[in-house]
Amino acid sequence: MTNDMPILEVRDLCTTFSRGGVALPAVRDVSFNVGKGEVLGLVGESGSGKSVTLRSILGLSRRYGDVTGDVRWMGQDISRMPERKLRQIRGRDIAMIFQEPMTSLNPLLTVGMQLTETLKAHTDLGRAARRDRAIEMLDHVGIPSAASRLEEYPHQFSGGMRQRVMIAIALAANPKLLLADEPTTALDVTIQAQILDLILSLADELHMGVILVTHDLGVVAQTCENVAVMYAGRIVEQGSVRQVLRTPRHPYTVGLMRSVPQDVPPRTQLYSVPGTPPSLEALPAGCAFAPRCQNQTEACLSARPTLETISEGRAAACFNPMAIAQGEVA
Amino acid sequence: MASIQYILKRLALMVPTFILVMIIIFLLVRFLPGDPAVAIAGDRASDADLEAIRERLGLNEPMLVQFWLFVTNTLQGDLGRSILMRTPVTDVIFERLPTTAFLTVYAVVLSLLIAGPLAFVAALNRGKWPDAVIRTVFQVGLSMPVFYIGLILLTFLAARLHWFPVGGYGDTFGARLYHLFLPSVTVALYTSAIIMRNLRSAIIEVLDAEYVQFARAKGLPNRLILGRHVLRNALISTVTLLGLSIGGLMSGTLVTETVFAVPGVGRLMLEAIFARDYPLIQGLTLTFAVLVSVVFLLTDLFQSSLDPRMRLS
Ligand SMILES: Nc1ncnc2c1ncn2[C@@H]1O[C@H](COP(=O)(O)OP(=O)(O)O)[C@@H](O)[C@H]1O
Ligand code: SF4
Ligand SMILES: [Mg+2]
Repeated sequence: MTNDMPILEVRDLCTTFSRGGVALPAVRDVSFNVGKGEVLGLVGESGSGKSVTLRSILGLSRRYGDVTGDVRWMGQDISRMPERKLRQIRGRDIAMIFQEPMTSLNPLLTVGMQLTETLKAHTDLGRAARRDRAIEMLDHVGIPSAASRLEEYPHQFSGGMRQRVMIAIALAANPKLLLADEPTTALDVTIQAQILDLILSLADELHMGVILVTHDLGVVAQTCENVAVMYAGRIVEQGSVRQVLRTPRHPYTVGLMRSVPQDVPPRTQLYSVPGTPPSLEALPAGCAFAPRCQNQTEACLSARPTLETISEGRAAACFNPMAIAQGEVA
Repeated sequence: MASIQYILKRLALMVPTFILVMIIIFLLVRFLPGDPAVAIAGDRASDADLEAIRERLGLNEPMLVQFWLFVTNTLQGDLGRSILMRTPVTDVIFERLPTTAFLTVYAVVLSLLIAGPLAFVAALNRGKWPDAVIRTVFQVGLSMPVFYIGLILLTFLAARLHWFPVGGYGDTFGARLYHLFLPSVTVALYTSAIIMRNLRSAIIEVLDAEYVQFARAKGLPNRLILGRHVLRNALISTVTLLGLSIGGLMSGTLVTETVFAVPGVGRLMLEAIFARDYPLIQGLTLTFAVLVSVVFLLTDLFQSSLDPRMRLS
């Protein structure tokens, strides 16, 4: 499946904000591809730049900071595309669902309006047809008695139902790629799995690519083909999920893997990588992970490791990568 | 839309306010030095007049009885006679009220026309030169007293250039718009500065809201994002402010009506105060209290028509 030409190619994406004159390098040199129908996992702790990466792909970060690098959609560079043209790609080709269902829907507009306005922007369906399609979408994402809920407002829906509404809105115009920004983090444990299943089964059914942002490698293991691990704005390790999880090379990936609860109820945090991520205003001169790294050596403090290709589609950025156990192949 | 029940509930909430206002108005004349009957009838009233007033207001009865009489008279629309005009207070007020209402609505409409677009321009160019220019101009407007702006306008545009009349108000709708233009602009300059400042920061805040980012991610046209998603949400706080500033608006009207010789209730209040026309002062105070309450109610209803979350409570 990934042999096809990628639908999305991100090259050297950098997004820099500034706070009180100090530059905040939120995303640095991020590159990856997404193939047709591929599910790519993007993992990292909170603040590692996952959301900014997704928003930069869609051109939403422009108004807040400086974005450089290439974003190629179906071979066309959209990173410098004027807002007016980009608008026709947003929602129609590439859709996004946000992390916070409670704040991402407009409180003053009915759910029906928020669904049909997307359809109006991207299809030539008439009013009645848009309504029908809206009902069909709500139905599709598992909202009971969809027709009667069109006139309701977001506050009349629970968190999980709002996330379903957001999914319905995102998928309404049949996008080819879905950017899903931690779609389950804000939800009750009991419905996280349902929502995730919903997204993935719809993606499968619609042959849609997905970038699934999460801070849970356990989710990645179950759902993605490829994964990129981000730390302090950079990708520190990437490759196929199978390889990365079997033979992680970056110490941070190992730390994240250990924090995945196993044989315990989901989301009981047993372990987390010790220490905290560095602040973007004051990144260390060398490897950003050095203060928390067990493998750290002299070299790590003075120079920053670059992302080196290990094998086809597999890369890591570390001077002292984890040893590969006997019999394993990187 | 807001339900009848909701409106009734809001009206019920006003009752304590009115009781308080009535008590204040009632005590006003009673605590004046000297005979309340003289205050109410005027210095030149005859003994017979004074006796009639004592009778009508029960001034020889205990305070509670007096208050009860006062309340029942007021509820029947009997606010006494104006010393100055020698006609019932109710008539005087009802004759002057439409002019002030016209002026106030005119000023609010002008304020919105001025402040709305400029708030958008400033918010969308936040920190750049258009924002700086707009904010500076309004800051200057805010720091100048209303009557001063009024006098400047009157001197140049009316007295010197003769573009506008120096006073009075017209008979037809068009003539009123023309006659009351300068007074309205004078009031509007002040209120639009307040609205602009509030709306600008509300727009800036809403522009960063997640639901606006989501609207952008949906690929909506910019015009829709601004009109449907940003403006409505930003208006909620601005409408509240507009309602709350009605008191300020009224005192602005009071000064403006005097400067421009507009025969409204604002000027009437000043005249009543200078003439110690207590029945008229009482009536006007009550009128202002009613107006403020009505405006608060309207603000509330408008808000609940904007915001579905308010319709529940
Ligand atoms: N609009 C913005 N302005 C300034 N800083 C921002 C903005 N958006 C995100 N950031 C900063 O960028 C960093 C990465 O944020 P984010 O991508 O949201 O992390 P996460 O991986 O948790 O999604 C954080 O330090 C955050 O504070
Ligand atoms: S480069 Fe050094 S500090 Fe950074 S992750 Fe590798 S070993 Fe640790
Ligand atoms: Mg995030």
